[in-house]
Amino acid sequence: MQFTRRDVIRTGAGAAAGILGGGLLGRPAFAQEAPTYTPEPGATLRLLRWSPFVQGDEDSWLANTKKFTDATGVQVRVDKESWEDIRPKAAVAANVGSGPDLMLVWFDDAHQYPDKLLDVTDLGDYLGNKYGGWYDGPKGYATREGKFIGLPVACIGNAIVYRDSWVKEAGFSEFPKDTAGFLELCKALQKIGHPAGFTHGHGVGDGNNYAHWLLWSHGGRMVDEGGKVVINSPETAKSIEYAMELYKTFIPGTESWLDVNNNRAFLAGELGVIANGISAYRTAQINKDNDPKLAEIAKDIRTTNLPIGPVGQSVELHQTTVAVVFNYTPYPNAAKAYLQFMFEQEQMANWIEKSLGYCCQTLKGFADNPVWTSDPNAAAYSRASETLRPNGFAGPLGYASAATMADYVLVDMYAKAVTGQATPQEAMEEAEKRANRYYRV
Amino acid sequence: MASVTTAAPPQSATRSRLTESKGFLSAWFMLPAAVLLLVFLTYPLGLGVWLGFTDTRVGRPGIFIGLENYEYLWDDAIFWLSVFNTLLYTVSASILKFVLGLWLALLLNENLPLKSFFRAIVLLPWVVPTVLSAIAFWWIYDSQFSIISWALMELGLIDHRINFLGDPTNARASVIAANVWRGIPFVAITLLAGLQTIPQSLYEAATLDGASRWQLFRYVTLPLLTPIIAITMTFSVLFTFTDFQLIYVLTRGGPVNATHLMATLSFQRGISGGQLGEGAAIAVAMIPFLLAAILFSYFGLQRRKWQQGGGD
Repeated sequence: MQFTRRDVIRTGAGAAAGILGGGLLGRPAFAQEAPTYTPEPGATLRLLRWSPFVQGDEDSWLANTKKFTDATGVQVRVDKESWEDIRPKAAVAANVGSGPDLMLVWFDDAHQYPDKLLDVTDLGDYLGNKYGGWYDGPKGYATREGKFIGLPVACIGNAIVYRDSWVKEAGFSEFPKDTAGFLELCKALQKIGHPAGFTHGHGVGDGNNYAHWLLWSHGGRMVDEGGKVVINSPETAKSIEYAMELYKTFIPGTESWLDVNNNRAFLAGELGVIANGISAYRTAQINKDNDPKLAEIAKDIRTTNLPIGPVGQSVELHQTTVAVVFNYTPYPNAAKAYLQFMFEQEQMANWIEKSLGYCCQTLKGFADNPVWTSDPNAAAYSRASETLRPNGFAGPLGYASAATMADYVLVDMYAKAVTGQATPQEAMEEAEKRANRYYRV
Repeated sequence: MASVTTAAPPQSATRSRLTESKGFLSAWFMLPAAVLLLVFLTYPLGLGVWLGFTDTRVGRPGIFIGLENYEYLWDDAIFWLSVFNTLLYTVSASILKFVLGLWLALLLNENLPLKSFFRAIVLLPWVVPTVLSAIAFWWIYDSQFSIISWALMELGLIDHRINFLGDPTNARASVIAANVWRGIPFVAITLLAGLQTIPQSLYEAATLDGASRWQLFRYVTLPLLTPIIAITMTFSVLFTFTDFQLIYVLTRGGPVNATHLMATLSFQRGISGGQLGEGAAIAVAMIPFLLAAILFSYFGLQRRKWQQGGGD
């Protein structure tokens, strides 16, 4: 079977176009002609994605996949792995040239092996034009040198999740908007026995989200625009000092926390404030009928964006998941057709809605999804794609930014200082040295 | 048919010569094992050693850079911390597993009621997949929901929860304890098998000579058990030194790398971080330690004189 990688067959019409480009009729004026990818004869696909945190996400994804199979005859096997195990699996697949045809990877994974990925620029451009454009942050994770090496599927918003009654009991009529007020709130919550808890352990998501917020909200950066490590700065020092003050108000043990600990403790009523995806709230909400305690917690939960620091604007990491097609796939057209189908209005809108706010749209055209307004607690997650800063800001994405995160350089810097194992200066110097090894000074 | 018939005699003669050749048969029978060893052991090991001398990254073939990875590691405090952690973990856990395993084996070697049942039960921690037992320990050591903390608080022995995995010392002790729990059955059952090979007549003769319980153990049991101890502890040390799952599930190497072992650091840098060359270099750096452990077991614990009750 012979085919080319970009074997894009542009036909003007036909049943396949109608099916694959579902939702094309009545589309906005900025839409362009849909590319048509004719799946290779006998094509089957295997997708490896992360295990869902909200069941509706998986149910909708699988239902949409089934629709694709029904329409095209292309069987798609969807496997799932714990989200932290996706990165190593993708790395191995890229390296050995064998494995799933498609994967939903995280952060800057795609930038570690761009040569191993199928160029999906035609699809990226088409979807961007049709649906109001991509948000810059997620687009950055999926593009390199002007080409799409993947399609950003969603941003997993990170926001403050808190117990409204306890915040009020602590003397705050509303949740503080700035870091100074937030520290005061945490002190007050500790006094009334409902402390805050933020991850200082090797939690890939929560640990990194918190550490990056600390750094960026105070104006610190890991590297500058040219990739020079600038973590050792007065701004970083300020952020560490702030983290040390905040840590004193936390529930004990946060330096050992992995990703699941904060949700678990929060839903057990041990914590007044955490930062998390909307899954913490949804878990309480979904299970409220089976557990009166969770029903009470669900009623009391409020969400809001993380406080704004001296830098004066909301800056957060958020996780971004990108769909990539490995170029070893024997079925590149089928893979592109599948992605196109999943991104079209009917499927994507349904998936975002059923994900209950866990997955934030990467295309601006989906921002008016009813999920963001149907529940006030979803609002804090609705702008994740808009406000996110990429890992390794302000430098280029690539193996250095990925390796620095994977080695927990920033997470360890804060953990070391807050636990008293190093002074802020020592912690910064160590982080600088470690980051320099990846950015090769 | 005719041509087949004509060609048959020389083939048969050759085959006959070959099947009678001791050298050929030896090589032929060893071939499957040799192929397996080459493909699944020698090649990956050789590739790992080679990768350690390159700057290979995920998705990008590297070039030979000599000892640069090792030079980086030499100045890397976290690497040395992982070496320290690995040695502490291995030595502490191995000693505890040996002492407790031997004790358990001696107990199980006695004529206890329900002996077979207890022997089967003892194996459970070894049989349970490591990841599952690690998750159980994760709950046991949870900073908020630990059953140990809860029980001690209910008993009024402590007034706040124990920070099992957050404090570096506690975290190291906790992961060692989990490893010991999991490793004891292997040591105990293997040593029990060794104990059962010791002839009862030796104990009877020593008892007639007036030997005490301690002397029976010191001069009969221990010397005869030493070869089994050497093998068992060699394996135990190797398993402990290369442990990965327990740490990965419990702490991911935290807090602040206090429980990072060389194996987990190698994975973090090589696979998650994409730096295959450096990850391989860390893995290769484990080899001298493993070799030293093997040599110590073989040449140290298997000294004949000592086994026979003599001094060095």
